[in-house]
Amino acid sequence: MAFAFTQDQDNFRHMVQRFCVEKAPTTETRKLMDTEAGYDRQVWQLICGELGLAGIHLPEEAGGSGFGAVELGIVMEEFGRSMICAPYMGSIVMAGTALSTCATPSQQQRWLAPLLNGEKIAALAICEASGEFYSTHLHCTARISSEGWQISGEKRFVVNGKQADTLIIAAATDNGPRLFVTESNATGIDIQQVETMDPTRKMADLKLSSVDAELLGQDVPIDLDALQNLTLVALANEMAGGAQALLEAAVEYTKLRVQFGRTIGSFQAIKHKLADLLLIVESAKSAAYQAAVAFDNKEDVSENASLAKAATSEAYLQAAIDCVQLHGGIGFTWENDTHLWFKRAKSSEVFMGTPAFHRERMLQAMGD
Amino acid sequence: MDNLITQARQWLSENWDPDLSLVEWRTKLAETGWATADWPEEYFGKGTSAEDAAEIAAVFQEMGIVGAAQSGVRMLAAATLLEHGNDTQKRKYLKRIITGEDSWCQLFSEPGSGSDLAGSTTRADLKGDEWIVNGQKVWNTSAHHADYGLLLARTDWDVPKHQGLSYFIIDMHQPGVEVRQLKQMNGHASFNEVFMTDAVVSRDNLLSEVGNGWQVAVTTLAHERRSFDRIRGGGSLAEQKGRIYDEYRKELEIDNEPYKWYPQRAGRVDLILERARETGAINDPVTRQEIAKLLIMSRSAQWTAARARAAQQAGKPQGPEGSLGKLAASNIARLAARVHTDISGADALLTGAASPHDGIIAEILVSVPAVSIAGGTDEIQKNIISERVLGMPKEPRFDTGPFKDVPRNSVSGKWGAS
Ligand SMILES: Cc1cc2nc3c(=O)[nH]c(=O)nc-3n(C[C@H](O)[C@H](O)[C@H](O)COP(=O)(O)OP(=O)(O)OC[C@H]3O[C@@H](n4cnc5c(N)ncnc54)[C@H](O)[C@@H]3O)c2cc1C
Repeated sequence: MAFAFTQDQDNFRHMVQRFCVEKAPTTETRKLMDTEAGYDRQVWQLICGELGLAGIHLPEEAGGSGFGAVELGIVMEEFGRSMICAPYMGSIVMAGTALSTCATPSQQQRWLAPLLNGEKIAALAICEASGEFYSTHLHCTARISSEGWQISGEKRFVVNGKQADTLIIAAATDNGPRLFVTESNATGIDIQQVETMDPTRKMADLKLSSVDAELLGQDVPIDLDALQNLTLVALANEMAGGAQALLEAAVEYTKLRVQFGRTIGSFQAIKHKLADLLLIVESAKSAAYQAAVAFDNKEDVSENASLAKAATSEAYLQAAIDCVQLHGGIGFTWENDTHLWFKRAKSSEVFMGTPAFHRERMLQAMGD
Repeated sequence: MDNLITQARQWLSENWDPDLSLVEWRTKLAETGWATADWPEEYFGKGTSAEDAAEIAAVFQEMGIVGAAQSGVRMLAAATLLEHGNDTQKRKYLKRIITGEDSWCQLFSEPGSGSDLAGSTTRADLKGDEWIVNGQKVWNTSAHHADYGLLLARTDWDVPKHQGLSYFIIDMHQPGVEVRQLKQMNGHASFNEVFMTDAVVSRDNLLSEVGNGWQVAVTTLAHERRSFDRIRGGGSLAEQKGRIYDEYRKELEIDNEPYKWYPQRAGRVDLILERARETGAINDPVTRQEIAKLLIMSRSAQWTAARARAAQQAGKPQGPEGSLGKLAASNIARLAARVHTDISGADALLTGAASPHDGIIAEILVSVPAVSIAGGTDEIQKNIISERVLGMPKEPRFDTGPFKDVPRNSVSGKWGAS
């Protein structure tokens, strides 16, 4: 089935785009990436309030707008293109989706509602070691006693972990993995923001020792793997947007820059490189869009999510490498913006699993 | 030859004194010619071949003796002066290059002319006995602690671009010269922007003749390419005691500072197997394939370089193998970054206290893009290889007329990516 965005979806995209151009120029990104919080509270209020982007993909019963992964993908693509610094991935896509999928209505009232109106930030902690974003063998454990549930263990690469008021934590119980929720200032939690090459996406490590927590939803097994699929779809769309921004920057620059008495864009070596890049970026976009459609239609979700993650990772990285190269020396400087996308491309490549991991996951999802 | 080595050994054992100051010792070296033996006898050398000089340098190493100041752009300046300088210039500058009292930088690239170096628009105008220089240079490694600069500037706008350039020695310590450090995407700041506003160069500091600057620059560039990515360091002298060693280590610390990340930009192939074993990635069949591909690429490149050197030593004409090293280095660095990413996974991102190998892996990933740009981009290397080695027809040119009529950048490159 062929996919095309509707007029409404195009209008929606333009609104998000205008917002990003106005509120998230790279001067802001550079300012925010150097702060510990890494985002602007006022801008976040606008995103959640006026723009109503926070619950875009969540059902109305959960306080969302009732749209799907396609609309979420549009937001993510524009956010990725602009490199806006906001806790959207951590608090909305990851934690918000987990709450809306697993929590009881009263839990949603307590924990999800404040995320959607921007009052609070949450983070989802699943990963425990590099690369193990899908681990079914969780070392982090939850024990029940007369006092309730208590969690102990370690979590790594928790997006927006340090900014979070609320933590959603995956832990093993005697009956399999479950999700738990707790305030981030609960006794026994140590949160360290980690220093990475990409300061525009904040991540943290958690150490948990006998932390009181509340079980999310009923005491039934949860499919962590499936839960990650929406994050992958969102990430793939974000990466497609980043790759598009780099492609545009490279095209614009090579049309302007003159060497040897002509614009460097007039050299075939450069035209061919950019034509190749366009092919890669458009293919990646198709994969990202298709993954969103598949998610909404509940068709081969893991397969398409992993396909998109692998394709967009490669495209984004290639766009980043080419964009630096085509800028020459200026592309290697801090002052030029290309490195912001370059580092995001690098960090997105390995976040939620490397391309090789997802190629394998795709094949397995296909039954091979 | 053997005789020369014996003499060197004898002279060094009789004169070496680690309690001298660095300058005192190197002054002796300059006066006798032992540290720069392949320089002419009248200019602080002994007129030997380059091979003999290398053997003598090996004796210094073996005896743990400090030689001439080597690092930075000094030796490029020396090579250029030796070939194009007049007698007064050689006497004035060469000795202080050996002693390390002066340090140098290269002022060639400009915001508007990088690949097209001969498109320089920094201007030098003769007013009385002085050249007045106006313009901007960029990417000048070590300019922030240089005493002199090797300056390429335009002195004639009415002739084709290569003919209108002249080559000067400029004193960096003057009001008309402002140096600003430039931060790179990997966080280091090894190079600079240099702004010249009515900066003054005395007539005596023109190298060669007016209009001959491009030929002189080609000499400097040829030496630069030969020294590309040479490992710099104090090696065996790092541990020794004595005043001279202390001073030497301090010198190296300053001179080598801009080059600290250079091993990372080459991709650190040497770390690949160690990391794969540490992380267990060595057991992953897919990663093993990638590691093997990288090792094949990197070893073949080393052997190609060795083959080129051997042919040169045997006196054969240079074959295609001699022109490929820089391009190979770019491919290797890019692939190495990929394989390091595969091996380290999300840990590759870490830069802080918890990072593997003290942030080296992350530094590799954000440093390798330099290799395919610095010292001539991959695209330029490919043009050179196809035209000069394969004999392909040249691109039609649009820049052969008087320079003032050649199209050039109206703005200099500072655009962002959005
Ligand atoms: C780490 C580092 C260290 C450096 N150190 C020094 C230094 O010490 N001294 C110094 O003088 N310079 C130095 N440079 C500058 C370097 O030599 C230049 O950046 C390089 O030559 C490219 O020039 P440019 O930046 O102006 O890019 P441009 O020349 O504008 O190139 C932009 C893009 O156009 C492409 N292009 C240009 N011409 C052609 C063509 N004819 N055909 C096809 N493609 C083309 C290039 O390959 C590149 O992709 C350094 C640069 C880096 C990154």
